[in-house]
Amino acid sequence: MVLAMTGVAAYRAQPYDGIGLSAEEVMRIRRDFPLLSVTQNGRPLVYLDNAATSQKPQVVIDALQAYYAAQNANIHRGVYRLSEQATDLFDSARKRVQRFLGAELSCEIIFTRGATEAINLVAQTYGRKNVKRGDEILISTMEHHSNIVPWQMLCEEKGATLRVIPITDDGELVLEEVERLLNEKTRIVAVTQVSNVLGTINPVKHVIDAAHAVGARVLIDGAQSAPHMRVNVKEMGCDFFVCSGHKIYGPTGIGILYGRAEVLETMPPWQGGGDMILSVTFEKTLYNDLPMKFEAGTPHISGAIGLGAAIDYVEKVGIDRMAMYEHELMRYGAERLRAIEGVRLVGTARKKTGILSFVMGCAHPHDIGQILDDEGVAIRAGHHCAQPLMERLGISATARASLAFYNTREEIDALCSAVEKVREVFC
Amino acid sequence: MPDKRALYEQVIIDHNRSPRNFRTMEDPTGSARGHNPLCGDILTVYVRMDGDLIADVSFTGSGCAISKSSASIMTSVLKGKTRQEAEHMFVKFHHMVTSDPSDTSSAEDLGKLEALRGVREYPIRVKCATLAWHALAAALEGDGRTVRTE
Repeated sequence: MVLAMTGVAAYRAQPYDGIGLSAEEVMRIRRDFPLLSVTQNGRPLVYLDNAATSQKPQVVIDALQAYYAAQNANIHRGVYRLSEQATDLFDSARKRVQRFLGAELSCEIIFTRGATEAINLVAQTYGRKNVKRGDEILISTMEHHSNIVPWQMLCEEKGATLRVIPITDDGELVLEEVERLLNEKTRIVAVTQVSNVLGTINPVKHVIDAAHAVGARVLIDGAQSAPHMRVNVKEMGCDFFVCSGHKIYGPTGIGILYGRAEVLETMPPWQGGGDMILSVTFEKTLYNDLPMKFEAGTPHISGAIGLGAAIDYVEKVGIDRMAMYEHELMRYGAERLRAIEGVRLVGTARKKTGILSFVMGCAHPHDIGQILDDEGVAIRAGHHCAQPLMERLGISATARASLAFYNTREEIDALCSAVEKVREVFC
Repeated sequence: MPDKRALYEQVIIDHNRSPRNFRTMEDPTGSARGHNPLCGDILTVYVRMDGDLIADVSFTGSGCAISKSSASIMTSVLKGKTRQEAEHMFVKFHHMVTSDPSDTSSAEDLGKLEALRGVREYPIRVKCATLAWHALAAALEGDGRTVRTE
């Protein structure tokens, strides 16, 4: 990376440097997303809830439409051309995901319903098989509920202990504590690469290496990283990586579990059914090879194809350039929000993606969200499925603006004007 | 699209800034916590009954402007009312904040509670507005439980 990814230090407006995306390019990009031209209350919609879900480019919508209109057939074993074509489309989507995440083999990519389901799959297969009474599972304070509850359920079932890496007030992992908490009883470490509330980019490589040193397996939650920065699971060295399609400009209902083949091979299957078997008799069933061993039943074929189209789109724009642009926009937004009296930013890590959480002394986040909606600005308010993090920060909720590469400075300005309106009403 | 100023009436802003009867009660005959997971609102409502009369009612806690002002307004209208009057008022209030905005036929004037009529334009905020009332109902039953809006 040419631009240092340093947090929200003093922002100085810089002319387009040819590395990120130019303003003209972003205006062209915006035309690819039909929803971005929607108006609300006579004003253009300012969509700043990308951490919840991203908008979809026309090519993704077209891919879904084309599949159902001209390519729909069930995949595998169809001896007619339509089914072969659908199978090819599905398989090719898997290969795109493989390349996108830097996995070595396409069979290391398992399609799931989402990141949540992918974590549950690992907890209920690898976890159930390998975690015993007295063992430990290590997570962090900044996890989303989906990377807490599946492990809690597993610990309860097995009599294992859930341990938690603390964070600093700025929202960074306390790395010395990682080493202190890891020990020979640690079976699984499950940590997010990017916090959905704070935007913190965690040094996951460090955590993975430390965990491997004590023989633990590592799952990285990439729901908030994969859409906003270059991910390479092989370089990272994680055992599992999960992300969701709808946050990467793809359809809802499709997600990814990456697992290292040698780890996936040792795992028992998850759901039983069609496609995950080689042969079935009433006495004995032989399970299928990867990845189908973990994909029982007819998968979300159109979802996978739509996700493949989304990845093509992202690669065409260039995820590194998107990350640069989003980083600059985040710095601009942080600086502008911080300048508003009564606004306090939550999450001031040195390395951040485009997530801007904030609170105001005189207005509850939900009231902020309501006023902003009136101004046509869509943000999220609440605990963001991270209640233990909220408790650590001593707040009940935040208002959160989360950026994507199609957002603009003008939209940040609209956000800030709307926050000024909140002050007018409540402060 | 309705105008949000219809939601954040001046009365609501006022009660949010300086809530009435915002205190713990030393000698309540009943109290109950209300929790609204949507906004993270947590309120405790205290009530002291004198026979069938509400001699005192107060609340503590934190929450959004709607839940806090609704609790404040509620406490300011209930003092001196009978248990039955309070229960009737809850029914009418609940109807007011959940009724169809286009339905103007049944618009009975509810006095101070009218400030929250705008909530019916925002179904997601009904839980904020009714949280204190649900807690009051539990406090009147005196079983000290936590009520949840979800």
